[in-house]
Amino acid sequence: MKKFFSKVYVAFIFLFLYAPIAVLLVFSFNNSKSRAVWHGFTLKWYGELFRDEAIINAFITTLLVATLAAIIATLLGTLAAIGFKNMRKGPRKFYMQVNNIPMLNPEIVTGVSLMLLFVYCGRVLGGMELSFTTLLLAHVTFNVPYVILNVMPKLQQMDGHLYEAALDLGCKPVQAFFKVVLHEIMPGIVSGFIMAFTLSFDDFVISYFTSGAKSQTLSIIIYAMTRKRISPKINALSSIMFITVFVLLLIVNLRQNKEKNASKSKRKGMLRS
Amino acid sequence: MRKHSKNKKKYLSAIYILWMLVFTIIPLGLVVYFSLTTIDGKFTFENLKNIGEYTPVFLSSIKLSAISTALCLLLGYPFAYIISKVKASKQVIFMIFIMLPMWINFLLRTYAWMTLLENNGIINRLLSFIGIGPVHMINTQGAVVLGMVYNFLPYMIIPIFNVMTKIDKSYIEAAQDLGANNRRVMTRIIFPLSMPGVVSGITMVFVPAVSTFIISTMLGGGSNMMIGDLIELQFLGGSYDPNLGSALSLVLMVLILISMGIMNEFDSGEEDVLAV
Amino acid sequence: MQDTNVVTLENVCVDFGEEKVLDHISLSIKNKEFVTLLGPSGCGKTTTLRIIAGFLEPNSGNIYFEGKNMVGVPPYKRAVNTIFQRYALFPHLNVYENVAFGLRVKKCKEKEIDEKVRKMLKTVNLNGFENRDVSHLSGGQQQRVAIARALINEPKVLLLDEPLSALDLKLRKDMQVELKNIQRETGITFIFVTHDQEEALSMSDTVVVMDNGVIQQIGTPEDIYNEPINAFVADFIGESNIIDGRMLEDYKVLLDGVVFDCVDKGFEKNEAVDVVIRPEDVDVVEPEKGMLKATVTAVTFKGVHFEIIADVQGFKWMIQSTDISYVGDNIGLYIEPDAFHIMKKSKYSGMFGDYSTFSDEMEEIAGISFSEQEDNTDAQA
Repeated sequence: MKKFFSKVYVAFIFLFLYAPIAVLLVFSFNNSKSRAVWHGFTLKWYGELFRDEAIINAFITTLLVATLAAIIATLLGTLAAIGFKNMRKGPRKFYMQVNNIPMLNPEIVTGVSLMLLFVYCGRVLGGMELSFTTLLLAHVTFNVPYVILNVMPKLQQMDGHLYEAALDLGCKPVQAFFKVVLHEIMPGIVSGFIMAFTLSFDDFVISYFTSGAKSQTLSIIIYAMTRKRISPKINALSSIMFITVFVLLLIVNLRQNKEKNASKSKRKGMLRS
Repeated sequence: MRKHSKNKKKYLSAIYILWMLVFTIIPLGLVVYFSLTTIDGKFTFENLKNIGEYTPVFLSSIKLSAISTALCLLLGYPFAYIISKVKASKQVIFMIFIMLPMWINFLLRTYAWMTLLENNGIINRLLSFIGIGPVHMINTQGAVVLGMVYNFLPYMIIPIFNVMTKIDKSYIEAAQDLGANNRRVMTRIIFPLSMPGVVSGITMVFVPAVSTFIISTMLGGGSNMMIGDLIELQFLGGSYDPNLGSALSLVLMVLILISMGIMNEFDSGEEDVLAV
Repeated sequence: MQDTNVVTLENVCVDFGEEKVLDHISLSIKNKEFVTLLGPSGCGKTTTLRIIAGFLEPNSGNIYFEGKNMVGVPPYKRAVNTIFQRYALFPHLNVYENVAFGLRVKKCKEKEIDEKVRKMLKTVNLNGFENRDVSHLSGGQQQRVAIARALINEPKVLLLDEPLSALDLKLRKDMQVELKNIQRETGITFIFVTHDQEEALSMSDTVVVMDNGVIQQIGTPEDIYNEPINAFVADFIGESNIIDGRMLEDYKVLLDGVVFDCVDKGFEKNEAVDVVIRPEDVDVVEPEKGMLKATVTAVTFKGVHFEIIADVQGFKWMIQSTDISYVGDNIGLYIEPDAFHIMKKSKYSGMFGDYSTFSDEMEEIAGISFSEQEDNTDAQA
């Protein structure tokens, strides 16, 4: 009886979470502008979507900013994490707290504060206006903390003697990093990169305040479309994005599972011997 | 005195420290600066004083997000509990599906509800089949709360679930061994031990909820404005006034700092209990 | 600088902030020697090792390798290799690649690498383990990989940082023998760090006893055991009864109101001294035949002997005897003149050598709190 209730409850929660998305998906194939009545199957909204230049441009912008921001943030964050790790406890704690600000602050405040910076700098220094550059700077800013969040634990888990062992065996510090340390923290770097990319790709609030008119991201276009009494193109777009995210997330989780299993079998190996 | 060579590596973080200064600290400084100046850059408390006019917006924002947070806890806690009891291999799958909607653009998630709640939307169509309706749902406070619960529910479930799976089974067995029935195990062991998860869940839902904009615009129409919408209006909307907007942001930040402080207080208290 | 000294430390000091970790350490290590740095945790022995390896630079003082000053020379340019406490094997490389690592960094030819690695693996009895994942090896096997990985670079000096502490007792004994054999065969100088006095005594040519960042005594294991220089060394190496005494004249020492013959000389007349008497050097005899009278307060059976705690005028002695006594027995103690070891008074006088609160666990606890106290007093000073 109790089990039955549990099952019903779980089913209810999942229904609540997925019903709206399912409706969205289904109506992307609806042969009518109606968002409530089924008029037969069509792919025409997908066709229109791919002919919509604004959407295509926004998609390219989004992809570009997400890729660049993720790459820059991963480099910056990995270096920063190594630096923080080698600090004394006091400064390290301080910088980690500053690093946490963009994660704790409401997105809208981060967005607004960056907008103030860009606009104010534009006014004082000249030449700077909201553009792809400001968008990119903003994205890097909110991405780095998540990269550090992923890399830091790997650095902490790593046996500090590994780096010394490499030096001991004749590696120069840079060599030791690439030959040994990098291998150890790679999983953290990869998941940091993926997280940064996904957050960037998905971001609306901060982009909204920092992008300017010429470099709009998909989220901003979607926002504009929802305000303008909508074409089912947006359903088609949602469906594509949903599937993409689904696949990405699946890959990440499979990777993590594999890693977990690997470490599990490692532990077993230790026990056996 | 010679320096220890190890410390050189800390300079690798120099670029990022500079970055944080320019893109995190200075912008927040600008928010403070703008909120304390007039449009001509003169010092004033006017902006902060004017916020008084918007007390109703603040109160309704806090009210709506508090209700949403409570609903998320009510819905999420039993769910996290049930899932924490499932086999580990199944847990992974359940949690993937809880997280999946989080990774979909929240505009699209909210948009999905717009189409459902509309006066001639699917729900009303279905209701009309059984002779009810049309029920006015869109552009109400209820719709805003629904949208927030829908968007933020996973943020409640995940931390609670994480804490629950880490509760040592031997505590539960010890309690049963000492004669506690299921209800007592729940109230005396599981709930107190899961408190840290509940606390971070509440923080993770309340913070984005109280500062959201768009959800209220999309589902609440123009009439259910929240702090986020108000701030947006000052920067990109019709009533352009970045000084007032900054003041509003500042108050929002303080509000959130206070609520996080309160929650942390709970959290550390509970951790002491755990430590004993 | 004599060229037989392969490593020389000269007045090396290291501070971490206020804390003095090494305080004017001077030490010469001869070629092909097996040297052990011995001391309780926090005594600076590992720091000394890290200074030699180059992971840490001293705040002042010099390090010479065969007469060449090594200060400022990074670890990768030093002809020493290290075995780390937890081995620090590279988890992403298999056994073969771990061992080959140093040669690959040096860009040796593939054929040479292959020959050397296979020969090295044979030396450490890991034939056929080439492709194993290092994390799947047992502790002892990991240890061997670490040894092979270091030795393949043919270092002048091998540094070993408590390499056996992660192994269980049985394996540890085996590895002690094996390490000693490897050292003898290769003729490489070993600098070995441990807190285990038994390990130090059984393996080393020379033992360096350290405490509080200061070298207390350097000597052969026999010297260290038989002629400890102060109460700390006497207590740290083996069991000791350390009693306040006075040198009346050469060969005459007064303790507990009795004048004993001894073999030490060269002290001032009536100089206050610490007298060390090892538990195994005390014979239990009939009360009337004893030089000192004692009352047994505790007896523990230890296998080869009984460990007797006996009260002599309020001071608790430890005695190891093959004859059983019972709690409450009145006994006599007989001590041969050469069993007395007389030491000058030091800052350690009065801190050790009384067994009034003795138990095995107590000793460990006391050891810990003692070193903490020392740290504090050090910091204040």
